[in-house]
Amino acid sequence: MATLNLSAVTKSFGASTVLHGIDLNVADGEMIVIVGASGCGKSTLLRIVAGLETPTTGHVAIGGREVTRLEPADRDIAMVFQNYALYPHMTVAQNMAYGLRIRGTPKDEIARRVAETAGLLGIGPLLGRKPRELSGGQRQRVAMGRAIIREPKLFLFDEPLSNLDAKLRVQMRGEIRRLQQRLGVTSLYVTHDQVEAMTLGDRLVVMHQGRAAQVASPMEVWARPADTYVAGFIGSPAMNLLGGTLAEGGAAVQLKAGPLLRFPDGPRAGGDGRPVTVGVRPEHMLRDGEALVTVALDLVEPLGSETVLHGTLASGEVLTARLPGMVPAVGSAMPLAIPAEALHVFDAESGRRLDA
Amino acid sequence: MDRKVIFKGRALPMLLLLPQLAVTLVFFIWPAAMAVWQSLLQQDAFGLSTEFVGLDNFAEVVADPAWRGAAANTAVFASSVAVLALGVALFLAVQADKAIRGQRFYRTMLIWPYAVAPAISAVLWLFLFHPSIGLIGRALNAAGVMWDYQLNGNQAMLLVIIASAWKQVSYNFIFFLAGLQGIPKSVLEAAAIDGARPLRRFWTVVFPLLSPTTFFLLVVNLVYAFFDTFGVIHALTRGGPGKATETLIYKVYVDGVDNLNLGSSAAQSVLLMLFVIALTMVQFRFVERRVHY
Ligand SMILES: Nc1ncnc2c1ncn2[C@@H]1O[C@H](COP(=O)(O)OP(=O)(O)OP(=O)(O)O)[C@@H](O)[C@H]1O
Ligand SMILES: [Mg+2]
Repeated sequence: MATLNLSAVTKSFGASTVLHGIDLNVADGEMIVIVGASGCGKSTLLRIVAGLETPTTGHVAIGGREVTRLEPADRDIAMVFQNYALYPHMTVAQNMAYGLRIRGTPKDEIARRVAETAGLLGIGPLLGRKPRELSGGQRQRVAMGRAIIREPKLFLFDEPLSNLDAKLRVQMRGEIRRLQQRLGVTSLYVTHDQVEAMTLGDRLVVMHQGRAAQVASPMEVWARPADTYVAGFIGSPAMNLLGGTLAEGGAAVQLKAGPLLRFPDGPRAGGDGRPVTVGVRPEHMLRDGEALVTVALDLVEPLGSETVLHGTLASGEVLTARLPGMVPAVGSAMPLAIPAEALHVFDAESGRRLDA
Repeated sequence: MDRKVIFKGRALPMLLLLPQLAVTLVFFIWPAAMAVWQSLLQQDAFGLSTEFVGLDNFAEVVADPAWRGAAANTAVFASSVAVLALGVALFLAVQADKAIRGQRFYRTMLIWPYAVAPAISAVLWLFLFHPSIGLIGRALNAAGVMWDYQLNGNQAMLLVIIASAWKQVSYNFIFFLAGLQGIPKSVLEAAAIDGARPLRRFWTVVFPLLSPTTFFLLVVNLVYAFFDTFGVIHALTRGGPGKATETLIYKVYVDGVDNLNLGSSAAQSVLLMLFVIALTMVQFRFVERRVHY
C-alpha cells in the first residue's frame, strides 16, 4: 500500500520518443486506469513503473521512495500480464508461491497463504495443475493470485482481460474491482476498452501519442473532455465534432452545418470569427428543438430500446444520433435538433476545451 | 493440422521411398547385420578357418581387462565431452540470447566448428597444444607447467575431450538458442517482478524450461562421444599414451583393423550398438513424458 508519483517521465527508443513527459500522482489505495489507442505508450508507462524499462528522463517514486533506477525485484510490486506469463513448468500452487519462496518466506506460511489466496479466487481445486491444463479464465485467476499473494505495494495490470471472452471479461472486471477495493492496494490498470476504463477506475489517464491528454474521474472525462481527442475517444458511439465559428462576441457559435447556437453557460473567449470545434454526444441529439439540422441518413440501426442513426449534414460533416425508442424510417432525410445545453466547445486549432 | 499428401496407387510412393531405403539398407542395416553375424564367429590367427562360437566372443570381451579399461575411459571421456560441450554452448547461447543484435554473428561463428572435418580440427588442436610447436603447449611449458600430452595420459585425455567437445558446441548452441528464444519474455519478466535475480531466474525458470532440449542434446552428445570421436582421437593421440585415450570405438578399430581379431571387434561394436539403442529408447520415453507445454 503506497502512493505512486511520476514526474516528467519520458521514454525514447532510439530516435523515436514514445512518452513525452508524463506527470501522475496516485493516492494510496487508488485505482488508476490508463486508457488510449494502440501504440500510445500505455504498456511502456506501466513497464517503467514496474522497472522493466528505464525512463529516458524523469523520476518514479513508490511510497515516497525514489525507485527510478531500481530493479523490479526491489520495488515490491506485482504485475498481471496480458498473456498471464505463468511459469509453464510449475503447478498453480508453485506459481503462486514462487515470489514468496524467493523472499525466503517460511514454508508453513507459504502453504497458508497459497490456500488462503486460492480460496479467495476460487481456484483451490486447481492447485496441483500445470498452466497448460487450465482454461483462459482459470489462468487469469492464477495470474491474479500470483500478484495478490505477495501483498505488494502496487498492482500493475496490462490488459489482463483482453484474452477472455466477452462474458467472462465482464465477470472478471467486477471481481478485479472488488478485490482491489477489499485489499486496498494502489493499482495501475492499462486497457484500451473504454467500458473497462469507465467502470474500474477511480481516475482515468487518457493517453494520446505519448502524452496524458486528461487525468480525471471517469464522469469528469465524460462530462468535460479536455480536448477533442478525449471527446472522441470516450463515449460510444463517439461524440459528434462539428466545425463552426464564434459569433455575437463569443456568446454563440455559427455552425458550418447551418444553425446558430447560443451558449447557455456564457460567452467563450476570442472574438467573432474564431474557428471552433463543437462537440455533441449522439445520445444528446433531439428529435425536436430550436437548432435543427437536416441529416441525410446513411444507416439506421434499431437496437430495440433505442435507435442509432448515421448520416451526413449539408456541410458534408457526418453526424451520429442515438434516439430513444423506435424511429420510423421516414425517407432518406430527417431533421434533428442540437441542444445548446449539451455542447462542448473546443479550439479548432489546438483541440483544447474552451470553457465559458 | 492434419494434412496428408495422398498418392494414388502404390508404385509412386514405393519408387520415392526406394533411394532412402536402399541407402539405409546398404550403409546401415547390412553392416549392422554383418557385425552381428561376425560377432558370433571366430577365426584362427591366420584367417584360415572360421567357426561358429555363439556368444563366446561377448563373454571374452566383457571379461577382458583391456575392454573394461576402454569402457572406463569412454565413461570419463563421453561424460566430460557432453558436460563440457553442453555447458559451453549453454553459456554462449545465453549470452547470444541477451545480445539479440549479436545473434547472427554468434550463429555464423559458432556453426563453423561443426563444418570442419574431424582430422582437420584435430590438427588445429595439435597446433595449439603440441608441447614443442603448439602455441598454448609452449606457453604452458614456459609457464612452468609440465605439458606433454604424448607422455601424460591425463593431459592426453584432457586434450581429446576439449577437441571433441569443441566440435559439438556449435550444434548444441543452435538448439539452446532456439530453446531460449522459445521462452516467452513475459515469463522472465514475471520472475523478475516476483523478485528473482538473473542467476536465480536462470536456475528456477530458464533451465527447467530448457530441460527437454538439454536432455535431447545430452543423448546426442553422448552418442557423438561414443561414435563420432574416432577421427579426433586417431589424429591426436592414437589411443595413447599407453591406452590412456583408448575408448570403446577406438578399440573396435584397433582390434578389428590392426589386430585382425574380427570376431571380438564385431562383438564390441554390437555391444556399442545395443548401448545406443538403449539410450535412444530412454530419450523417446523421457521426451514424451517431460514436455512442459
Ligand atoms: N522495446 C521497444 N523498442 C522500440 N520501440 C518500442 C519498444 N517498445 C515499444 N515500442 C514502441 O513504443 C510505442 C508504444 O508502445 P506500447 O507498447 O507502450 O503501446 P501500447 O499503448 O501498450 O499499445 P497496445 O494497446 O497495442 O498494447 C509503439 O510505437 C511501439 O512500437
Ligand atoms: Mg500494450
